[in-house]
Amino acid sequence: MGHLNPNPVLDATEDKSMILNMGPQHPSTHGVLRLLLEIDGETIVRMMPDIGFLHTGIEKTCEAKFYQQVVPLTDRIDYLCPMVNNLCYVMAVEKLLGLEIPPRAQWMRVLLAELQRISSHLVWLGTHAMDIGAMSVFLYCFREREDLLRIYEMVSGQRMMTSYFRIGGLALDPPLGFFEKVKQFLDRFPEKIDEYENLLTGNFIFIDRLKGVAKISADDALAIGLTGPSLRASGVDFDIRRDMPYCGYENFKFSVPVQKEGDVWARYLCRVAELRQSREIAKQALEGMPSGPTKADAPKIVLPDREKMKTQMEALIYHFKIVTEGFAVPAGEVYHAIESPRGEMGYYIVSDGTAKPMRVHMRSPSYANLQALPQMCEGRLIADVVAAIGSIDIVLGEIDR
Amino acid sequence: MPLAPAITDIEQLKDRPMVADLLAWRADAVQGARFDRDELTIFIAREAIREACARLKAQGLTDFLSDVTCADYYPREPRFELAYHLLSMKRKERVRLKVRLSGDDASVESIVSIWPSANFFERELFDLFGIRFLGHPYLRRIMLPEDWEGHPLRKDYPVEGYR
Repeated sequence: MGHLNPNPVLDATEDKSMILNMGPQHPSTHGVLRLLLEIDGETIVRMMPDIGFLHTGIEKTCEAKFYQQVVPLTDRIDYLCPMVNNLCYVMAVEKLLGLEIPPRAQWMRVLLAELQRISSHLVWLGTHAMDIGAMSVFLYCFREREDLLRIYEMVSGQRMMTSYFRIGGLALDPPLGFFEKVKQFLDRFPEKIDEYENLLTGNFIFIDRLKGVAKISADDALAIGLTGPSLRASGVDFDIRRDMPYCGYENFKFSVPVQKEGDVWARYLCRVAELRQSREIAKQALEGMPSGPTKADAPKIVLPDREKMKTQMEALIYHFKIVTEGFAVPAGEVYHAIESPRGEMGYYIVSDGTAKPMRVHMRSPSYANLQALPQMCEGRLIADVVAAIGSIDIVLGEIDR
Repeated sequence: MPLAPAITDIEQLKDRPMVADLLAWRADAVQGARFDRDELTIFIAREAIREACARLKAQGLTDFLSDVTCADYYPREPRFELAYHLLSMKRKERVRLKVRLSGDDASVESIVSIWPSANFFERELFDLFGIRFLGHPYLRRIMLPEDWEGHPLRKDYPVEGYR
């Protein structure tokens, strides 16, 4: 009940202003975000986000699990792009272990991470447009997202909580017909983007609601910790995929969309352009997909194939050992950061040499991005708050953890 | 790709710009350095962390604060190790500044005045580890309710919570 106390305290500073409580049950806060607004008429004088309604203590839970058991927990951090979270976690552990990943697994990871970026951006586009009042775009976006969810289901058996990337490679080789399905999707996707853009990019009502709203300058954005497309919309040309490549991104050709204005409209343009770029990367990954194994050759870390387990004694022993005792990870600490659809997603893992992590910390992009919201909204109208929340694309699961 | 052994001798890391700069600035504030798994860590004295962040920022060696976090090494003393992850977008390089804090006096100067983005990160550490950040503009619990007892991410707090 603590959250229903009048905390965090926000007192009206002047006689003419009043406090308005927005959320946690509000459709356009994208989850359970509560905003306290001090308003003077329709104008926001001060804003204070209140979070923690979804806090489940995932970081504490991780400390009680084996390294491989943490993977499903990372799915639940950012439920719109679980594989990107898997990727960040498994790469951090692989860095701790010094494990080399076969090329096919890396390319599959890139392919799926980009498909996840597309599906995450589709949810953003649909809900953002719906907040502004364009209902039909939501249905269009979810139609394409459904195709992607089927692709994830095909490859991992799950639509959302995939846990498909494992420490040392992938859970399974992709099934027959998987690449054709992806190819079909990628081939028809560009015209779908054109369809969304037809509805929105030239739409005067949409532009009027977005242009010049919730501006933030490049310096302010860097100081407040904004990352990802929201930062690039303010004119900072930085993308971890291109500038500090991981997982073989250096093999792919793509451009990083950058806008100058730093308003909601610029953030919209950046993300829509990213949809096209992600499709470009996924297409290259699909066309150049190397053959070979999808798991690293590390029998003490990677679970053996089912078939081997039934026929070889050693494989059975390793399987038993990994499942019951886990595997020891050399002591040390790493911070591994990747570009999630929302910005810099980083995992800080400390190992004390045992089979369970001593500390797992997720640097979630939404958490830092949310800090920029008061700066964007103060001095503007209440109606603009809805547009601003949509434009920073927060996921409350990764904010509260 | 077997792991290369960590370099813990500060003499061997002196040619790295960030280490060199901090040593030239205040050699007594730098307690050590470590290069492990392609990541540079510099241990900073507790009193100097805010100024060290300011120095790296002013010298143009870092231009972004990625993260502030902490690990609890209970029952070892000093039990807390704060980790400040700084990034230089220009030079495409990361550095980790670490500060050791003892359990009896878990407090450190806030860096919100240098990096406003540290605000939420420090509040989170206050909430979950019970570390006080001196000079923080609004140091209150952020994840847990105001009336919560204890700091869950401390190692002496049970995983199932108190019942």
